[in-house]
Amino acid sequence: MRLSRRDALAALTGAGIVSGGAAATLARDQSPDANPDRVPELDADTVLDEETLATLVAAAEVVFPSDVSGITAFVYPYVTGKAGERPAFRDGVDAATTTLETYADLWRDASFTALGPAGRDGLLREMGVHTADPVPDGTHPERVRFYVVNELLYALYASPTGGDLVGIENPQGHPGGTVSYTQGPGGRR
Amino acid sequence: MSATDRTPSAEADVCVVGAGPAGALVARELAREGHEVVVLEAGPRFEDADREARMERTIRPAYAPDSVWKMGGPRDAYRSTGDRHYPLNAARVKGVGGSTLHWQGMVMRLHESDFRRASESGYGVDWPLSYEDLRPYYARAERALGVAGASDNPFAPPREEPHPLPAFEPSYSDALFAEACERVGVTTHSVPNARNSEPYDGRSPCVGYGTCKPVCPSGAKYDASHTVRQAEALGVEVIDRAPVQRLETGSDPGRVEAAVYATPDGTEHRQTAREFVLAAGGVEIPRLLLLSASPDHPDGLANRSGAVGRYFHDHLFAGMGGTLDRRTRQNHVGFLTSESHAFYDEPGRSTTGTAGGVPASDAALSAFKLEFLNYAGPSPVEMALSADDWGDSLLASLRGAYGTHVGMGGLVEQPPRAANRIALDRSTTDDHGNPVPDVQWSLDGRTRRTLERVNEVQAVVLEELGVDVDWRVGPENTGPAFHHMGTTRMGTDPDESVVRPDLRTHDVGNLRVASSAVFPTGGATNPTLTIAALALKCADHVAAALEPSASATG
Ligand SMILES: Cc1cc2nc3c(=O)[nH]c(=O)nc-3n(C[C@H](O)[C@H](O)[C@H](O)COP(=O)(O)OP(=O)(O)OC[C@H]3O[C@@H](n4cnc5c(N)ncnc54)[C@H](O)[C@@H]3O)c2cc1C
Ligand code: SF4
Repeated sequence: MRLSRRDALAALTGAGIVSGGAAATLARDQSPDANPDRVPELDADTVLDEETLATLVAAAEVVFPSDVSGITAFVYPYVTGKAGERPAFRDGVDAATTTLETYADLWRDASFTALGPAGRDGLLREMGVHTADPVPDGTHPERVRFYVVNELLYALYASPTGGDLVGIENPQGHPGGTVSYTQGPGGRR
Repeated sequence: MSATDRTPSAEADVCVVGAGPAGALVARELAREGHEVVVLEAGPRFEDADREARMERTIRPAYAPDSVWKMGGPRDAYRSTGDRHYPLNAARVKGVGGSTLHWQGMVMRLHESDFRRASESGYGVDWPLSYEDLRPYYARAERALGVAGASDNPFAPPREEPHPLPAFEPSYSDALFAEACERVGVTTHSVPNARNSEPYDGRSPCVGYGTCKPVCPSGAKYDASHTVRQAEALGVEVIDRAPVQRLETGSDPGRVEAAVYATPDGTEHRQTAREFVLAAGGVEIPRLLLLSASPDHPDGLANRSGAVGRYFHDHLFAGMGGTLDRRTRQNHVGFLTSESHAFYDEPGRSTTGTAGGVPASDAALSAFKLEFLNYAGPSPVEMALSADDWGDSLLASLRGAYGTHVGMGGLVEQPPRAANRIALDRSTTDDHGNPVPDVQWSLDGRTRRTLERVNEVQAVVLEELGVDVDWRVGPENTGPAFHHMGTTRMGTDPDESVVRPDLRTHDVGNLRVASSAVFPTGGATNPTLTIAALALKCADHVAAALEPSASATG
């Protein structure tokens, strides 16, 4: 399954972050021949730096299922869109990715992004992120769980694309209208 | 008045306490009649713009459910000392909009039999009003809340006019249930919802966020902040974060002179008015009357009968569910589209269909209704966020867990009993030093038997559908449906009841109650449409009470 900016837009719409003009701007990028793997250009006033975004993409490569592609095209607009609207989220995500990089540096002597997927997975587990409660102002693993792992999983599974992976095209948190709930498997009435 | 000016209104004809649906409707109606109305609301205003962020709180496990609408803490301290724990702060919201900010939004009329419970069924009491008395108010209430419904419920009381909005289509799983129910002779029908099926009254149609309870980001689900906005446009002053501490009578002990309220800076103010309406919900209304004890009213205001706080009742939940060998398409929306009132008026009746039926019961039972859930089983997004795993193995477990669940719910009437009550717990105080409410709540034998009966009916339906049942809520593990009723009951005898049929307290001439607190009995239907109908009736009586002196002063 290939993720795209369109999916990011859907996730942002669900979060109430994109509407009207912003949606139109993002949607303009939706021509079918657009390269979905292209790293989106960031606005001049981008609210998160490249390293933060790269760390998030690297984490998404671990927490998303392996047959999902187009992760950069999804994560960049989603995270920057949300960070632009919610300063507390921007600060939290900034700090949590820095924490992650610090642990990678201390424990593996490498940047998180440079560890392969298996290395990242191992680091996250060694930190205890998989069993940590998600707490925005908690311990390091709790913050990484909240701002990195759960933010990415929320973006994916509360969007129609992620929902589809599980069999629900209008998951909780996504405003997918009032038709799908009346339909049987495969769109039957 | 600016949003932060919390000084009293100099000219109020009417002071309303509480900005939930009851208070909002009373205020709006009186303002329409040209009266000066001030509403004192204990909780804050919540910005519409924050609703998506609140929705995210409901899905993401980092946040406690009560935190969505900021419930809890010293302001909301309470005790629960009966046989059954009562989770009060899950059962209400304090803020402009009241508990409807969090509610589900199922709205139906009481049945005609509910108004004659003692004469027809031999338990509880009769209302001093009939269905016919409330009928025009029900129609107005449906317009005020924007009810989407169909006239397909053969057990519902008579109505002349259709609902203001078309009913929501039944869900896919409703159709599975409807077929199984038909085979065992149980009739199903639509649920009236205070939720826009198309644009209505300046609000959006439902867009399927699926998080209605506790928050609808689109505004499709009615909540009383909508009516408050309409009231304010008509000149009503709403003072938020202004909990009323007590009501004071003056030289005439039969009339309220002022509502004393506190503001966030700790100042106390006195709001005077000619008429007062208590609309602070079924727990805080009796508490406020008890807190207003004075030498003239030693047992609390309007409590000559001793009934203030007593006869507290709620609806009890009974349910059952499990999995099917088919996809059931749950969790697309957060509301219900089908239910059944087939046993409401005859809870012990038998049914017959082509594949058997429900056996009769001769036990003494109370009213109940059956509900068919559209959100049975896990929500994949919520599961993902609390899993101990990610990547492919998370996806595999989500796929294994989601997709085949179904569930049935049910609401059971609880007969009112004097021992179930809201009292004051003088050993604990809230943030203003007032004794907190003590909820003394227990289950009686009839309610237990009815919960068992609901499970019996549910088992017949689920078996016919072929469900592998894996959960059951019955008498042992039941809980309240969060409908506070009965604590200032309505009646004609001042020794037995707190308010008269015109909703005025027997003892105090200018004090009325708009709330399910006045319900003598609560049937098995969700209460808020009846609360809204009574609020509209209350507004008429207040307007009439204001009339003579209004004409006397020119
Ligand atoms: C989870 C949940 C689901 C529900 N689902 C349904 C449903 O599907 N259908 C249905 O019919 N009903 C449902 N209800 C019940 C419904 O929300 C209530 O019946 C309804 O909101 C009651 O309206 P009210 O105006 O009487 O009181 P409330 O809505 O409780 O409003 C009372 C207001 O008074 C304020 N107040 C309290 N004390 C004071 C004071 N001292 N001074 C000033 N202000 C004060 C409070 O802050 C509050 O804002 C549900 C409730 C909950 C909690
Ligand atoms: S499903 Fe519920 S939360 Fe979503 S828009 Fe409809 S009413 Fe609102």
